[in-house]
Amino acid sequence: MKRSTRRRVNRGVLYGVLVLFVLVAALRLDWTAIRANFFNADGMRENWHDLITIGVKNTIIYTIISFFGGLVLALVLALSKLSPVAPYRWLATAYIEFFRGLPALVVIIAMGFAVPIAFQWTPPGGVIGAGLLALILVSGAYMAETIRAGIQAVPKGQSEAARSLGMSGGRTMVSIVLPQAFRIVIPPLTNEFVLLIKDTALLFVLGVLANQRELTSISRDFMSSGPSAGTATSLMQAAILYLIITLPLTRLVAWLEKKQQRAR
Amino acid sequence: MSDQTTPAIQVLDLHKYFGENEVLKGIDFHVDQGQVVCVIGPSGSGKSTLLRCVNRLEDPTSGTILVEGIDICDDEADLNAVRSRIGMVFQSFNLFPHMTVMRNLCIAQQRVRGRGKGEAVEIARANLAKVGLDGKEDAYPAHLSGGQQQRVAIARALSMDPDMMLFDEPTSALDPELVGDVLEVMKDLASEGMTMMVVTHEMGFAREVGDKLVFMDGGVILEEGVPAEVLAGPRHERTQAFLAKVL
Repeated sequence: MKRSTRRRVNRGVLYGVLVLFVLVAALRLDWTAIRANFFNADGMRENWHDLITIGVKNTIIYTIISFFGGLVLALVLALSKLSPVAPYRWLATAYIEFFRGLPALVVIIAMGFAVPIAFQWTPPGGVIGAGLLALILVSGAYMAETIRAGIQAVPKGQSEAARSLGMSGGRTMVSIVLPQAFRIVIPPLTNEFVLLIKDTALLFVLGVLANQRELTSISRDFMSSGPSAGTATSLMQAAILYLIITLPLTRLVAWLEKKQQRAR
Repeated sequence: MSDQTTPAIQVLDLHKYFGENEVLKGIDFHVDQGQVVCVIGPSGSGKSTLLRCVNRLEDPTSGTILVEGIDICDDEADLNAVRSRIGMVFQSFNLFPHMTVMRNLCIAQQRVRGRGKGEAVEIARANLAKVGLDGKEDAYPAHLSGGQQQRVAIARALSMDPDMMLFDEPTSALDPELVGDVLEVMKDLASEGMTMMVVTHEMGFAREVGDKLVFMDGGVILEEGVPAEVLAGPRHERTQAFLAKVL
């Protein structure tokens, strides 16, 4: 068989398998059951309002708070990790390794339930404040490594030029190194933002007040009450809303990375 | 600060190790005020390290470095203040890529010299004109040629009104046709009486502009003297071998 013929046959087989798979799926699946369990019509109409006005709103607010809180923490950690004073480096390394090694869910539960009992201290904002603090602690650890890499990616000649003009070490960091480092880490940080959007779903374990619920909490409530109770309708709706938020952002990351590559 | 007889730069018995490797093996060296001193030598001879020790981008292992009579290795010395009076030009330009040319020239004037914005901009414009780049104020470094970038770097250093200038192979990273413009600017500076220490491979520049030529090899100064004499009749055989290759 000629090589081009063989390639055509191979491709034909691949298409054949795909068509067969789709056909079997379409014929064998119980579409009425799927519609009833995942796309309940009454639930669809009823649920959107709360999912969007409370759920989407809170999901975005929580993401922004934990992202920027985490960013500030990450900057402190990254600078500590690059500090000439060894104990700062050890502390930052220990912190980063500790919080990167724990599931975010464990930290959220610990901050929400264990810490208030153990230390007789409730974080500001009550239980949701505790959850956000947990997300800040975890995302800070992740972003710290990203920012450290960004700082180290700025050529050494940049700080040498600044120092030779008489700038202090701190001034050099703030005016010369950090602005360039942040440019480098914008794509990975946007990625971290997308991960955080999804991690806010973990806050549901805290059982927050009705108007503090984010998307996942609300959709879980709609699974046990309201017209679509007992079906996964609200879960599908939450999934669609998550995608509407995250997809543009992941496309943005791809675009930023491409742009950065071209600039080099 | 210093009278006319204090050397601009004085280096005494300077040693520098990188790990186990001794790159400077006891350098005694000085640059008088208003003098143009060119340092030549094969790569790895320690000439760039010597230059970088003068504003302490490298920390000497032992020895003394006096800049206008101030011991810069003394913990009491205000290193940032000393550095702000020493202009430095790098082989790889090192302009700040996230800032316009104007901002590159103004930031240290404002943040280190404490000048107001208006004054800083005026001084920056004057220096840009001096290096032949007026009109490039709003350009970003990435949009300039190598030769233009290096001239901006010189203007940036000059905007601090330095007492002396250090050049670390300023033309080595440039395309041959762009070298001339940069050398021209450096010649103008020298003729205005600027104190200059230049690590270079440009023998023509050294002969024409230099007051003193220093030949380094293996971490020591092998020979120094009037450029034309050293270039025409090198006494040391390693100098002869080096010059035979580059001339």
